[in-house]
Amino acid sequence: MARNPVTWLGSPTFPKAAKAALNDTQLRQNLRKATGTIRERRAAAVTEMTDWEQLRVAGEQIKDDVLARLDTLLVELEESVTARGGVVHWARDAEEANRIVLDLCRQENASEVVKVKSMATAEIGLNEALEAGGVQAIETDLAELIVQLGDDRPSHILVPAIHRNRSEIREIFQRRMGVELSDEPADLAEAARVYLREKFLTTKVAISGANFAVADTGSIVVLESEGNGRMCLTLPETLITVMGIEKLVPTWQDLEVFLQLLPRSSTAERMNPYTSVWTGVTPGDGPQSFHLVLIDNGRTATLHDSVGRQALRCIRCSACLNVCPVYERTGGQSYGSVYPGPIGAILTPQLVGDMHDPQAASLPYASSLCGACFEVCPVRIDIPSVLTHLRAEAVEAKGRTAESVAMAAAAWVFAEASRYEKAQKAGSLARFFAKDGRITSLPWPGSKWTSSRDVPAPPAESFRSWWRKNRCQK
Amino acid sequence: MKVALFATCLTDTFFPSTARAVVRLLERLGCSVEFPLDQTCCGQMHFNTGYRENAKPLARKYADVFSGYDYVVAPSGSCAGMVREIHPTLGASPPRTFELAEFLVDVLGVTDVGAWFPHRVTYHPTCHSLRMLGVGDKPLALLRAVKALDLVELPDSTQCCGFGGTFAVKNAETSTAMLADKMRCVLDTGAEVLSAGDNSCLMHIGGGLSRLRAGVRSVHLAEILASTEEDPWRATP
Repeated sequence: MARNPVTWLGSPTFPKAAKAALNDTQLRQNLRKATGTIRERRAAAVTEMTDWEQLRVAGEQIKDDVLARLDTLLVELEESVTARGGVVHWARDAEEANRIVLDLCRQENASEVVKVKSMATAEIGLNEALEAGGVQAIETDLAELIVQLGDDRPSHILVPAIHRNRSEIREIFQRRMGVELSDEPADLAEAARVYLREKFLTTKVAISGANFAVADTGSIVVLESEGNGRMCLTLPETLITVMGIEKLVPTWQDLEVFLQLLPRSSTAERMNPYTSVWTGVTPGDGPQSFHLVLIDNGRTATLHDSVGRQALRCIRCSACLNVCPVYERTGGQSYGSVYPGPIGAILTPQLVGDMHDPQAASLPYASSLCGACFEVCPVRIDIPSVLTHLRAEAVEAKGRTAESVAMAAAAWVFAEASRYEKAQKAGSLARFFAKDGRITSLPWPGSKWTSSRDVPAPPAESFRSWWRKNRCQK
Repeated sequence: MKVALFATCLTDTFFPSTARAVVRLLERLGCSVEFPLDQTCCGQMHFNTGYRENAKPLARKYADVFSGYDYVVAPSGSCAGMVREIHPTLGASPPRTFELAEFLVDVLGVTDVGAWFPHRVTYHPTCHSLRMLGVGDKPLALLRAVKALDLVELPDSTQCCGFGGTFAVKNAETSTAMLADKMRCVLDTGAEVLSAGDNSCLMHIGGGLSRLRAGVRSVHLAEILASTEEDPWRATP
């Protein structure tokens, strides 16, 4: 089987990638500013809703119901889309999906396609696959365009160029568009508009993802805030939508919940600016040919795991990234995947499906388990619980290691109070290495701690020994 | 009221003054405190690092050691969280276990525990107390009632300090970056004492402050609440 392109080939493990990213002071500054702003705005947008917790529960329940009935709902969706003049394609993995899309582009004799921002197509590496097949994909979302023109990689689900500031964006635009620009946001946006407008008007094929697909009507929903999506979804002759199989909602009415949850969680907006909905093909209006490519790419395997499957509830809002103290400092590229942050740490390894892959196995450890992600998740994914669950899988896959031997030894010591007490007494001798009540340097692996933190000198008397002396005479 | 103290392995070994303070405080409030000597560790490090199987016998042992007590009190939000939220998923049925501030406010129904602590203090709420147990501002209510204590608000208080158990060594650089920001917030307050309800977080932030010779001491909430005008808190060397 081909490797899953959800992780980037050759990415180092998380601690190694993070170490490099932490040294990038510009990145740190950009991320601190951007995540801090969006964090505050989201909190305000959510606090004003009196029924936010009920909405979260509703979102969780609808998504859980979808996952439980996915087999029948997908068939229902296929029937609804087909009945309205669309064509449904099924893809087991990235390779199959990319081939289907490339074949469709070739049928239309397209050498260029415009794209609406889409996580599914990023996950399967569609742009690279199209390029290899002689088709150029043009990203039309502003942040996605910045990443594409900068020959860069995305670092955030919603704002893939969040790691760039405006002077860096100016430099990329000047270099790639051949124009003189200031670093004023209005100037930069205007340059992108001029660059993209011609593409919208001349390109015959558009490719999109989907935020939601309504099983009973066959309607597809895309939320965006720039209007670029609306252009792509209405002007071209052919529209190809690539969607993960978990993006379903059963009925039209279910959208009510998610159209409240998603904008407030992602962009901190009360209402989403551009919400496009289409159902199959409408003669004389919009694309006259519509293809829906449903991708599995590790999702069915994820569904098998009763703890891990909740990751499939994700609606890609990015709230967990914005509140994550790890993400804020390491940035998204350290996760080596289009899905960074807390959701990436639980989704990516499951889509890869192989805990023997050291990069994927390092992701569930990229968290201090502080729980801020779970607190903000609009569909109540208990990310900390999935993280510890996946850590257990990583440990199992690794087998016997120095760490597993040390952990087993510690568990053996803790199993009996007498052993524990002996270890405590032996350990307390370390106080003789302390100066001024602190130990400033330990041998490996303790050096990982003392590289930046002192250790308090162990006291001469543990609490239990004090208790025994002072309270046990009776 | 008969209460069992779960000291936690970290506090028992490294911070005995905290456990002694819990005993003193609870006895002052009329509780009869017992310390079952068979207790060891709740298994949090094992579980959180992925060694679930190693954690299972420790969860069962905890339930055995503390069975028969109406209340178990731990001076740690993360260990109390481990027992309450995780032990049942490991096939153990632990007795009712409370983090100290919860026990004082919810069970004993007190916020003014008669403490005296003439220092400028800032409080870090610790992630597991905050998000796993939902302790909320109970510790702050307790601190506000302490006589002579000057409580200053910690900026960005709900941000993790970067400890995270083995995270602090497995991702040492990221952990240190989080710690640096936490220390900056602590120093910005001008407090001379940093307090929290968990010695693991305090060992982390305190270890960083100690390395910087920052002149801020970390003191567990229990030690502040145990301190009185007649018998005031003294720094243990």
